[in-house]
Amino acid sequence: MGKRIGLEVSLSAAEAVKMANVDCIAAYPITPQTHIVEHLSELVNNGELDAEFIPVESEHSAMSVCTGVSAAGARVFTCTSSQGLALMNEIVHIAPTMRLPVVMILANRSLSGPLSIWNDHTDVMSIRDCGWIQVFAHNGQETFDHVLFAYRVAEAKKVSLPVMIHIDGFILTHVIEPVEFWDEEQVRAYLPDFEPVNSLHPDHPVSMGAFGLPSIFSEVKVAQDEALIQSKGEIMAAWKELGDIVGRYYKPVETYRNEDAETIIVTQGSFGETVTLVVDALREEGQSVGLVMNRLWRPFPFEEFREALGSAKNVIVIDRAISNGGQGGPLAIELRSVLYGAANQPTVTDYICGLAGRDVTIQDFKNMYYKSLEKVKGKPLEEDFEYYAVRGK
Amino acid sequence: MAKTKTDLTWQEIEIGGVVTTPGNAAEYKTGNWRSSRPVWDKNRCVKCGICYIFCPDAAINEDEEGFFEADLYYCKGCGICAHECPTGSITMVEEEE
Repeated sequence: MGKRIGLEVSLSAAEAVKMANVDCIAAYPITPQTHIVEHLSELVNNGELDAEFIPVESEHSAMSVCTGVSAAGARVFTCTSSQGLALMNEIVHIAPTMRLPVVMILANRSLSGPLSIWNDHTDVMSIRDCGWIQVFAHNGQETFDHVLFAYRVAEAKKVSLPVMIHIDGFILTHVIEPVEFWDEEQVRAYLPDFEPVNSLHPDHPVSMGAFGLPSIFSEVKVAQDEALIQSKGEIMAAWKELGDIVGRYYKPVETYRNEDAETIIVTQGSFGETVTLVVDALREEGQSVGLVMNRLWRPFPFEEFREALGSAKNVIVIDRAISNGGQGGPLAIELRSVLYGAANQPTVTDYICGLAGRDVTIQDFKNMYYKSLEKVKGKPLEEDFEYYAVRGK
Repeated sequence: MAKTKTDLTWQEIEIGGVVTTPGNAAEYKTGNWRSSRPVWDKNRCVKCGICYIFCPDAAINEDEEGFFEADLYYCKGCGICAHECPTGSITMVEEEE
């Protein structure tokens, strides 16, 4: 077992990409993802990583290169944020249809406008339905582990889909955390060589990315969606084996003191670790409260959520994105689907907060908790969601 | 006989929708897109081959006498041949059901 070293999360993520022995990196620097790309460029330049580093002229080109490289049967990595993701959007949707196991880290940042470089999940939600497997990492160690996990899952023959790892911009990318590296043997045991399902080679010619007429389009899309839904099996197996090798066991939803909790707070991303402290503090105040942190955004873990929410009477969802004109944040909308038709349906209060990196403190979460209890006391909810601490609201 | 693409269920689609048969675009009938078809007047045709050259779908063939005719399996009825014909010997005739 490797020893824990203090390293910026971006740099340790790049080191994990190196350990995955990628063949190619195509990326364009954008805040707050920059340090990941910079470090990979250094590793290639210094001969520490034998890979092609393609300094593309845009993110659209980055994802196009990744698609082509993956189609040729090589292991590829890219990462971006916000506007970069928006620029590569077109190809982001094509890679999963072509069933190409590209791996990307998305350093989460708000989408303009107004122009902002800071962290929230609006970029994630812009490609929510794109067909990638999407996982959230809560800290540096999880980021490192999930790079290797991502290749393992993406390249599994039954899956053959791209995987996106979400890490909160700045809050994770720019902090120094203790990270335990894997040994080479552990990586070799966990991650086999990439054997593509299809590849572009003259010995076995195929056409990829063909036109889909109305008579075939729906069948292709259903096949893609079934692959994403069924990837859950491989995801669970890959987490199990990761745990067996390095001793850290991951689940689609992580729970904290949620047994018998009357109120459960639901988070996604790095807020989760903060809310563990909130739960401890509220428990000390005699409150019956627990936490459920979502890790697997797509395919969404409906069953695990139903189980984790158990017999809670009140569910508080913390969203870091707006669904403009919709019924609250995207996570709350998903949660309401989970709970629809459930016996003893809990109330759901949704708080949209922490947009563009605005700090949300332990006290803020406590305020939301007590406010929520007031809101749901004895009367049905009139408001579906609330913007927390927005002046004038 | 193998199923045509339009009969395949989602389970039978190749992973990633790849096409494994080289050149199978030739099987794809575009003739039913046509609302009108080109008809040649052999009395005016000078066999110059402009129609053959301009056809964007290579759907015009030369017959044994050197005249030209459309392959109606592919001809989409775009009318470029009729537009380009220097002697005005091609007329677009409306297709009727």
